[in-house]
Amino acid sequence: MNLTLPPLPYAIDALEPYMSRRTLAAHHGHHHAAYVAKARSLVQRSPLESLSLEALVRASATEDRRLFNAAAQAWNHTFFWESMRPGGGGPAVGLIAEHIERSFGNQSTFKQQFVTAASDHFGSGWIWLVLDRGALKLVSTSNAETPLVGGGVPLLTLDVWEHAYYLDYEHRRMDYIAAFLGHLVNWDAVNRRLQAALESSAAEPGEMARLAQR
Amino acid sequence: MTKYALPDLPYDYAALEPHISGRIMELHHDKHHKGYVDGANKTLEMLEEARSKGDFSRIAALEKALAFNYSGHVLHSLFWNNLSPNGGDKPTGELADAIQRDFGSFDAFRKQMTQAAATSMGSGWAALVWDPLASRLLTVQIHDHQSEMLVGSLPIMVIDAWEHAWYLQYQNEKAKFFEAIWNVWNWNDIANRYAAVRKTSLGLDVSKTTAR
Repeated sequence: MNLTLPPLPYAIDALEPYMSRRTLAAHHGHHHAAYVAKARSLVQRSPLESLSLEALVRASATEDRRLFNAAAQAWNHTFFWESMRPGGGGPAVGLIAEHIERSFGNQSTFKQQFVTAASDHFGSGWIWLVLDRGALKLVSTSNAETPLVGGGVPLLTLDVWEHAYYLDYEHRRMDYIAAFLGHLVNWDAVNRRLQAALESSAAEPGEMARLAQR
Repeated sequence: MTKYALPDLPYDYAALEPHISGRIMELHHDKHHKGYVDGANKTLEMLEEARSKGDFSRIAALEKALAFNYSGHVLHSLFWNNLSPNGGDKPTGELADAIQRDFGSFDAFRKQMTQAAATSMGSGWAALVWDPLASRLLTVQIHDHQSEMLVGSLPIMVIDAWEHAWYLQYQNEKAKFFEAIWNVWNWNDIANRYAAVRKTSLGLDVSKTTAR
């Protein structure tokens, strides 16, 4: 595998004023880059070198925590960049809107539960919307932990490590969460992920995770 | 019910500059530390409510919230006192002797403590603790504010490795923060804490199982 830092899917200042160029330069150019570099150096000349990044995350989860921390963070960050777009946010549309209503009752309950999960999270981590056994749910993970390892199919994520928001919002995590939901979420990407998950032949996500680990 | 209270900083926000910026100290004390004090007090109220209703269905979440917020309050209170605008250099006296005895040298201790802070995954702390079982100093890498702490040990010196402790000033150069902090240690404070914790005992007779 050739582990490299993928470019941002938009210009570095495209998410302003909700996420600044300065934040993206540090977050993508330094933090994400450092996780990729660390994963690459740890995997070199190991039996895991030929795996895809997703398979590497799953394989290292139980075998090598140092490698897992770097590989999972490399994957989580790419997933996060692709969870946002300029001019995004607002109410969910399309297929995901129907699933949100089915699983959470309505969009405002979903939004409220997302805000609570993100603001109450202890320490560094991620908030995920996942498809698990046909239903949507919110999952909080610590540090590098990711639903990629047996936690359902990830559809959307918010980085709640302090480095994700501190330059723009300082301690005001609530303002960052509001900006993400109001102006940044890429519902088109979420819909594509949902479509792919539903179409996948192994519709049962627990089964998918087990298959991937073989 | 006794409530926890936010202590004043023992110096001005900007007193530790250029090593730690005034803006960091202001946010760190007034917002983050205060958040843990408020969180601990709120959790105590929720526990009282649970008792009055006889409903302990949320006890696991409440205990986690108490551990996180209470420990955050203790560690930050300790951290402020561990630092001083007139700090730096090296410890002297009995603390210096104990560091020499338990780590081999001050430089080895400094390296161990710095590495424990710098390699903390996510949010955490490095702590120098008194181990009352074997009457010695150890370092601990604490996750968040409470996990992987040694039960019964007493922290006397802590380094905050959470991103909020350094991000505004150091960003992707956190190693520079973990070096800069050695210019502001209040060794008098740490030595006084060392003298006090040496008198503690867990009252367990396992303390003499290994001759030192």
